[in-house]
Amino acid sequence: MSNKLRIVCVSGTREKLQMAAMFASVAAATGDEVSVFLSMNALQYFVKDPSTEIPIEGTFGALLTEEGVPRFEQLFQQAVELGDTQLLPCSMALDVLKLHSDDLQPHLGQPTGLTRFLSDAEGAQVLTF
Amino acid sequence: MAESMKVDARDTYCPGPLMELITYMKQADVGDTLELLSTDEGSAADVPEWVEKVGHELVRNEQIDGVWHITVRKAK
Repeated sequence: MSNKLRIVCVSGTREKLQMAAMFASVAAATGDEVSVFLSMNALQYFVKDPSTEIPIEGTFGALLTEEGVPRFEQLFQQAVELGDTQLLPCSMALDVLKLHSDDLQPHLGQPTGLTRFLSDAEGAQVLTF
Repeated sequence: MAESMKVDARDTYCPGPLMELITYMKQADVGDTLELLSTDEGSAADVPEWVEKVGHELVRNEQIDGVWHITVRKAK
């Protein structure tokens, strides 16, 4: 049976986005219908060629790099390629950052507002990072 | 005829072995078996969980010299 998973990413740190991407890719691989809503400090790392390297929160973030764990961008992309996954940029965050959807990485979906996301999240399991 | 192949995901961390397996699983035909090699202990429990949830068949899951050999038959 396929489930609905909704992931909300608001933090701009490696550990948080890594965990979100792990959930998204594994859920997609299991056949779940996944949407990831990207807003606040998270969205800036989904532009084409981000100008700054994403900060780490602590020692685990450093270990992720040291151990060569695949980056969150790659896992999110796998989730999109594998199945029913959408990466949705928050339309308010795009406005505040003065970005257009053309500025974002190509595997991102349509800019989405909260009303639409909430109605789409009805009955879903929601995780926030 | 059903084929068997090895998927070498040693030295990758969760969810690396599962994602590797799935990549090859998608290309395989029903009845084919895939043997996943993994050094990640978490994956030894998590991969069979995925196999059961998705409805494939777990043929074997054993650790030999620090490497898990997880054999899965594509069922659908």
